[in-house]
Parts: sequence; C-alpha cells; structure tokens
Amino acid sequence: MAAFIVRRLVQSIVVMLVVALIAFVLFNHVGDPINNMVGQDTTVAEREALRERLGHNDPSYVQFLRFVGNAVRGEFGISYRLARPVEELIAERLPATLELSLVSAVLAITLGVAMGVFTALNRHTRLSWLSQGFMSLSLVGVSLPTFLIGILMIYVFSVELGLLPSFGRGDTVQLGWWSTGLLTASGRKALVMPSITLALFQMTLIMRLVRAEMLEVLRTDYIKFARARGLTDRAVHFGHALKNTLVPVITITGLQLGTIIAFAIITETVFQWPGMGLLFIQAVRFADIPVMAAYLVLIALLFVGLNLLVDLLYYAVDPRLRIDARLGATGH
Amino acid sequence: MHPRLTAVAAAAVLAVAAHPASAETLRFAFQGDVGTLDPHGLNETFTLGFQGNIYEGLTRRGSDLAIEPALAERWEIVEPTRWRFHLRQGVTFHNGNPFTADDVVFSAERTLKDGSNLVTRLSGVAEVVKVDDHTVDFVTKVPNPILISDWDTWYIMDKEWAEANDTAEPTSASDTSSENYANRHANGTGPFMVTVREPDVRTVAVPNPNWWDEATHDLTEIVFQPIASDPTRVAALLSGEMDLVYPVPLQDVQRVDGNPGTTALTGPELRTIFLGMDQSRDELLYSSVAGTNPFKDRRVRQAFYQAIDTDAISRVVMRGQSTPAASMVAPGIIGFPEGLARHPFDAEAAKALLAAAGYADGFEVTLDCPNDRYVNDEAICQAVVGMLGRVGIKVDLLAQSKVQYFAKVLDTGGYDTSFYLLGWTPGSFDSWNALHNLVGTRNTDSGRGTFNLGGYTSPAIDALADRILVETDLEKRDALIDEAWQTLHEDVGYIPVHQQALSWGVRDGVELAQRADNVFSWRFVTIGG
Repeated sequence: MAAFIVRRLVQSIVVMLVVALIAFVLFNHVGDPINNMVGQDTTVAEREALRERLGHNDPSYVQFLRFVGNAVRGEFGISYRLARPVEELIAERLPATLELSLVSAVLAITLGVAMGVFTALNRHTRLSWLSQGFMSLSLVGVSLPTFLIGILMIYVFSVELGLLPSFGRGDTVQLGWWSTGLLTASGRKALVMPSITLALFQMTLIMRLVRAEMLEVLRTDYIKFARARGLTDRAVHFGHALKNTLVPVITITGLQLGTIIAFAIITETVFQWPGMGLLFIQAVRFADIPVMAAYLVLIALLFVGLNLLVDLLYYAVDPRLRIDARLGATGH
Repeated sequence: MHPRLTAVAAAAVLAVAAHPASAETLRFAFQGDVGTLDPHGLNETFTLGFQGNIYEGLTRRGSDLAIEPALAERWEIVEPTRWRFHLRQGVTFHNGNPFTADDVVFSAERTLKDGSNLVTRLSGVAEVVKVDDHTVDFVTKVPNPILISDWDTWYIMDKEWAEANDTAEPTSASDTSSENYANRHANGTGPFMVTVREPDVRTVAVPNPNWWDEATHDLTEIVFQPIASDPTRVAALLSGEMDLVYPVPLQDVQRVDGNPGTTALTGPELRTIFLGMDQSRDELLYSSVAGTNPFKDRRVRQAFYQAIDTDAISRVVMRGQSTPAASMVAPGIIGFPEGLARHPFDAEAAKALLAAAGYADGFEVTLDCPNDRYVNDEAICQAVVGMLGRVGIKVDLLAQSKVQYFAKVLDTGGYDTSFYLLGWTPGSFDSWNALHNLVGTRNTDSGRGTFNLGGYTSPAIDALADRILVETDLEKRDALIDEAWQTLHEDVGYIPVHQQALSWGVRDGVELAQRADNVFSWRFVTIGG
C-alpha cells in the first residue's frame, strides 16, 4: 500500500514536469505579453529592455529550467497583469473555486445518483412519467453549452425576477487565509446560479451512468437470488444493487470532480466569479505566462491527486482489491 | 492640525462605512480591472483615467476635455525652454501630508526610473528645478508648445509616503522579488480616496473631505467591480445591481435604451480606426503579386480606399454607432482637419484605378485583424473583405486575438503584415502625436514612426512634423498640421475608416459626464435629486 502511494507520487512528479514542459512549448505561441504591459507610446528600446529583464530573450529550455527551479521553492514569479506574486494570487482565488466546485460536486452527486436510481427503478411504474421527465431534462443538460445555461439563468433570475445576483461572489468572510461566501446571505445567494450551472452537466452525466449501471446490475443473478430469498425491495435496491453500481460511478465521479474544478473556467467567466478559472482566462487574454504556468501545473497536480484518491477509494469499495493487496503483501 | 484632520477623515470614513447602502453609492462596472494603482506603472487609458479620481496632476481636464489648472494654480513660459509652475497652496495628500514642490520633483524622478511606463510624459524635459516650496521650473530640451498636453494623466505622488513605504520606484512586472506597495495602495491629492482594493473583485473609494476644490458630486461611496463577460455586464445593469456599466456591446444598445430605468449613453470616441498598407517592402509578404509591391502605387491605394463603403460599415456593422472618418485624427483632437472630405466610395472608379495600375484582374492579399481589441473589429474586416472582393481583390482574413495580432504586426514582430486594421488615439490629444507615431518615416533612434506599421514615408510630412513640434504660434501651427493631413490624404498613405462610438449603460437618475476619451471622472456624478 505504502509502496503503491510512493510509486504514484513519483509518477505524479513526472506528469507535472511533462505538463510544465508542454506548457512552456505552448507559451511560444500565446502572443507577446510586452505590448499589454506597456502603453502605446512606449519606445522600442524600453520594450526591448523589459523583454530582457523578464528573460524572454533566453531560449525556451532556459526559461523552463528557471521555472522548475523556482517552482520547487514554491515561487512562481510575478504576474505580468497584476504585478503580484503568483502564489499569492492563487492562494487568494483558490477558496472561491474550491467552494464553487465542491458545492457543485455535492449537487451533482446527490441529485445525479438520486435521479439515476429513481429513473432506473421507475421505468414501468406509476411514476414513469416523472422518470421520463428527468431523462428529457438530462438531455438539455448534456447538450446545452454551459455559458448559455449561465446566461439564460442570469436573464431569468437576475434581470426578470431580480432574485439572485448576476455576478460576483457577494460578501465574503475571511477565515485565516481562506475567504468564504458560505457564511453570509449574499454569499450563499451568489453561489446558487454558478453552482447549478457548473453542476448541470456532471449531474446529468452521473444520472445517466447510475441509471445504466443500475439497470445492468438489476438483471444479474445475485439480484434474482436476493429477491428469491425474499428480501425487501429496499434491501435489494439499496443494499445490493446500488452498492455494486457505485464502483464505476466513483471512477467517473472522481475524474469529473477534477473536470469541475478545471472547467469552472467558463462558469467563472460568465458569472465573474473571482476564482482561479477567471484568473486563468484573463491570463490567457493577457499572455500572463507566470500565471498560466502555475495554473496548469496546479491543475495537473489536482488530477494526479484525484486519481490517487480514486484508486484508494476502490480499496474501500471493492473487497477483491483488498484481498489482492494482502496476498501481494505476503509474498505471492 | 494634521492629526485633527486625519481624525476628521477617519470619522468621515466611519460614517460612510456605517451606511454602505445609502442612495449616494455609485456602483459601476468596466470590462477589465485597473492595471495597477501605481500612477507611473501603466500608460493605459482606463488605468490612468481611474487613477485620476485619486491622484491629480499639475493640470486636469474638464468634462469637455479642456485643460484646467489642478495642482498648479497657474503657469507661464518664462523662457522658450523654461516653464514655471506656481503650485496650489494648502493642498494635502490623503494621509494629511502637505503638497509641495519636493513632491513634484520627486514624482518627476520616479517617472523617469526603470519600470515606469510614463517616461513619455517627460520625454521633452531636460531638468526639473525647485524654485521655492511652491514654485517649480521645467526646463525643456527644445521649445515645446504642447509640453503639458498630456500632463493631466501625469500624477503627483507624496515623496514622504513613497519613501516611507519603499516605493520610490514604480511598479513594474519585471520586479521579480516582491510586490510594490503602490500597486495596491494609493495616497493622492484627488477628490476620492481608496478604502478597499481587491484586484479583479472590487475597489471601493470614498470622497476626500479635505479636497482643495469644491465637490460638485453628491457621492458618499464608489464601488467599482470589473465584469469581463459582455452579457453579464449588461444584465448587471438591467437588474439594477449596477448604476453604470461600460462598454455596452452595440447589439445591446437598443435593449438598454428600451429597458425602463436604463439609458444607453453614446457619443463619438477619440479613437480612429483605419487600415494600413505595407508600402516599404519591394515585395509584399502575403500577396499573390510577385516581384513588386502594388501598395507602392498610389492608384492601388486609392482603389482600395474608394472600394470601401464606410457608410455601409457604419450602418450595418456598427449599427449606426460610428462616424466615417476622412482623417487619421478625430474631431476634438488638436489640429483636426475640418476641411478634409473622404475620397468618395466608388467601386467603378476603384476598378478603373486598379486597371490603370496594371491589376485589372485584381490580386490576392492577407488582411491582419484583431478580434478582441476594438468594437466589432473582426466584423469590420469581414466587411472590407467583401467590399474589396467586388472590385476583384481577393482578401484572406487573418483575425486573431490581440496578444497574437500585436505580436505579429508591431515592431517587435518585425512589422510582419501586408495589410492591417489598427486604431489610434493620440495620447496627448494632439495631431503631432499621430503624425509622429503613425505617419512619420520609421526611425528607431528617435522613436518616430514606431506604429507606422506599413512603413509609409513622406519627407514633406516629416519636415512639417518637425516644424509643428517647435512652432509656438498656435495659428501657424494649426496651418502646418492641416497641410500635413492634407498631404497624407492626397497621397492615400492610410485608409481611415471611422471613429467608433462610446457606449455606456446608465441607470436613470444618475447624471454624469461622458468624456470623449472614454474616461469616467467620478467628480461629475450626481445621483440624488
């Protein structure tokens, strides 16, 4: 087990180095940040001096090695756009993105699993119309682009009904370095639309996955035997069927959680949510290379970490893996 | 006296903080955030315009852009190369420090240091001399009649404050060690004081109770929040969360106007959008014509000019929110040539000119265009492609984001373009700036023609520009400028397209001044009543 984790950690360092390297190759094509950093009247000589100071005249590999050297010490340089240390910016924006992502993930998982189970169990019951309704709704969720859903919600709930704020995070409370919007009314109100927008796609995905898996499992022999033993529907559905449905669901959900954080970019842009996604998209527009580099490495770290977590959850859910591991430990 | 003043200021801040939701709070949104609060850190319209509410220069501009005395009460030219400024007395910075000649000399030094982006403000100045505590002399290298034309955005900092906070040098992104204090903290003499600065989230300011001038606004608090997404910004206005948002996209102007409770405020902007052609290379980089450069032929340039229907662009692409332009500077810029009329749109004449130049069958050329810099920039380029197509010119459009576009077409990219769309507002609101940067023959040493991306050259205009720079008789100077623009027009060195419109969305009941340079001055706002 410990060896497994160490191996995975070493792998993750390699992955992050590769991500950083690819990022640096790409940075040659993102455009020139210098023109954004100075006014139109700035002379060529001043621009050239700035380029030299920023080290942009060095070959890519030198810039890459310098980046890795600094990153190891936890330094990611100064943002070209905001003239502040990147690690400070990320620490400032991380809470906003994580709160949004976690609320979205909870929404997506609870509603997704619930609706998935419901639609699987109610194919031919009195409630099949509701189950049909959920299925149609899920089509909308899968097919409409996120930004469109966001803007539609803004027009309905902010402009027409005036119920929810159209942008931003509302008032936040500072808990140490962590800023939270969950403790104020305006912060919670501001969270409603962005989290639903962000959750919608994952929710429908999870719902359809749970439904398909559940239907699959309900056809298996052990479910039939369980029914033959006279177990209640409740025990059959939730004790046996749902539990066995969850293994693939955990994999997908774990990976999707990373996607939620990584792709919060669009939702954050639409709602002017001051998180890392917005920081990143503005960095791209500005060619703010230090921020882009740090963000990409951070997202790589996140995915690697989530994958590890998913693998560990397997141990918890699937007893077969635990047995394998014990056998491995005894020397087979 | 100072501690007492500070106490009064603190009391005022507290009083304001206790009623954050009062009617006199102005909430406004722009598409991006202020680059920095450091007045010498970034020469960019929105950043400097925002800072102008907090910091002040020796001069300022009124709502009609007229130059007014600010920190300097008056000034005179004692010798042709020596300007004397009499500083306003009794002015204090937000922290209570008195404003003196030392602050002016310090600000000049700071502006010229590495990392400053406002060096051009003082590029003609040889020396800054303190005469006494309230008099400063600026010695120029040559006589310069427009020395102070852009000093309304050259702001004065408090020497003591800057030194105490270790920010005697301007904020620059090339500081790799730590953040400059002035990046997020401000201490000016202006009508408003920053109380909260959260980059990309919000910036809050309150009126300066000790401001030297009489406040005409009725604000108690200003909250600024950037909203990058166009539809969200408009929605924030329509839902009543914002009192002012800008820019409003052209397609939303009608909606904002039609909505009860909001109005779209539009007006011509000082920026001119134009097309430029590579006239320096012997063969175009991106064209089907080999061995020669068709743009060196004036007839081809005029054919391009006359093939483009700017009225149609204004009507269709800009939904009426633009003014077709005949010159490279907008009305309102000093030296705007009123007598100039566009070469008329005439596709037949264009075809005839092309035939006469030997391109009866037309040719192919690539048009470089930004797609996120100016209002509907890519759509303008698409319209140009269609219009030139009608006279036989096949234009390949290369529309890119501004970071990629500018990296390609500017000097740093080696002027890598044959045909391009660009916009320009003279930073000094004076024609000389455009003549120098856009029209002058390229010269790396003097910086002339840095933005003359097509390498247009006219010795006559260069000579005129040199005379315009030092001519102190304003009438003669205007005549020289007029002659320069006339020469460029006849030579068809550029194809001016239009001045785009400013479009702000304002909540009814909010009175404000929309300046033609797209700067929002909070001191002209009233909400009550």
